[in-house]
Amino acid sequence: MSYFNFAWQWLTSSANWHGSDGIPERLLQHLEYTGIALAIAFVIAVPVGLAMGHYRRGGFAVVTVANFARALPTLGLLVLIFVLTSGSFVSWLIPLAFLAIPPMLVNTYEGVLGVDRELTDAARGMGMTEWQILRKAEIPVALPLILLGVRTSAIQVVATATIAAYIGLGGLGRYIIDGLARSEYNVVAGGAAVIVVLALAVQGLFMLLRVLIVPVGLRKQAQTS
Amino acid sequence: MSWAWQNRDLVGHYLGQNVYIALLPVLFGIIVSVPVGVICVRYKWTWPPILSLTSIFYALPSLALYTVLIAYTGLTDWTVIIPLTLFSLSVLIPNVVDGLRSVPRPVEQAAVAMGFSSLRRTLQVELPLAVPVIMAGLRVATVSSISLVSVGQLIGTGGLGYLFTDGEQRDFTTEIYVGLVLIIVLALVLDGLLVLARRWLTPWEPRRSRQERRRAATGAPQGTGAVPVGHHGGHGGHGGGGHVGVGH
Repeated sequence: MSYFNFAWQWLTSSANWHGSDGIPERLLQHLEYTGIALAIAFVIAVPVGLAMGHYRRGGFAVVTVANFARALPTLGLLVLIFVLTSGSFVSWLIPLAFLAIPPMLVNTYEGVLGVDRELTDAARGMGMTEWQILRKAEIPVALPLILLGVRTSAIQVVATATIAAYIGLGGLGRYIIDGLARSEYNVVAGGAAVIVVLALAVQGLFMLLRVLIVPVGLRKQAQTS
Repeated sequence: MSWAWQNRDLVGHYLGQNVYIALLPVLFGIIVSVPVGVICVRYKWTWPPILSLTSIFYALPSLALYTVLIAYTGLTDWTVIIPLTLFSLSVLIPNVVDGLRSVPRPVEQAAVAMGFSSLRRTLQVELPLAVPVIMAGLRVATVSSISLVSVGQLIGTGGLGYLFTDGEQRDFTTEIYVGLVLIIVLALVLDGLLVLARRWLTPWEPRRSRQERRRAATGAPQGTGAVPVGHHGGHGGHGGGGHVGVGH
């Protein structure tokens, strides 16, 4: 039997759509973890990135953080925090939020740094305060990259929350981890299908957001310049 | 660290496995992405669909993909190598395309005027000039690949990831630390080697080009918009929103 037979068999069984181990419940859990971790990372990473970009400081630190974060194995971090906090109920939140910070930080920083100097000088010349320059000139121009950072983080967190099922977190990863442990491949296959769909939906959502909130003029610029 | 020394055979075995499973996909990735990138630049209509495809590959969670492949490749190394290859492609193809597009027009025109055939122009002029951007992608792909291998441990093939699950089961933090340190050091060493290779391949470039630095920071395809040169389709392009704007 191919993968799709297993997945289809499991997905079409109505028993898997109800109760505390049902797909809707697991999906909601997954979204909840992802949302919380992303929100925490956002309030840390974006303001720091904006400030560093605006004052054009700390480029080296940002590059170092980005490189290091990419080299850091998620499973290792999850397991380490889990063991160090002796399995406390927030042990999943620290690594998830931590891993979501670098993409947002780096892209926000690069986005603001990449804003044309002439534009900010013009804004300053018009008498805008530093805050106004950031809010009215730099953030709108940097928006496509900031959004890209949030999207990269979101994809990362969806994937990592799946892996976190190994240390006992709920969510969609449970199907994979439990299915593997009990050698029930149809559960694994079905769970993986739901996770893939969720990841692609997150990508799609950010595509849509980009169309909705990025000013038309900026989209054009990215296309033709 | 004395634990690591006492168990050097075990650690060495998993270190070797980690390197092998991580680098093979990067090798496959570069072999495929260079010709694909050349085609995308030459035949422009191929770029939007291929870009969408790479953004899909990029979004797929590694663990889910590993488990899908169990049905076909069983519990072998290929179950991890194939998804990592897709991931490498998602990073490398947009970089090859952006690299080729960053070649200044006058340079291309000079090559044409000198009578270069289009194949020779690609091989001897455009690709060498694209090396810094391609290398930036290669660094991201390599470093990510080294650390993503460990997730494969959850299906039984994870290189140094073994130290994580084993350490967790025995509640033995030293083992987990050893795994973390080795993976990070391994990734950074390979990254350094690629930087040296880039310098050797492009002796005319400044020691650390600004473009490369920014790409290395933003994570290849995602950040391409920040790069002043080669703004083109690459930006936002990658990953979807992109191909809405990039289309013709």
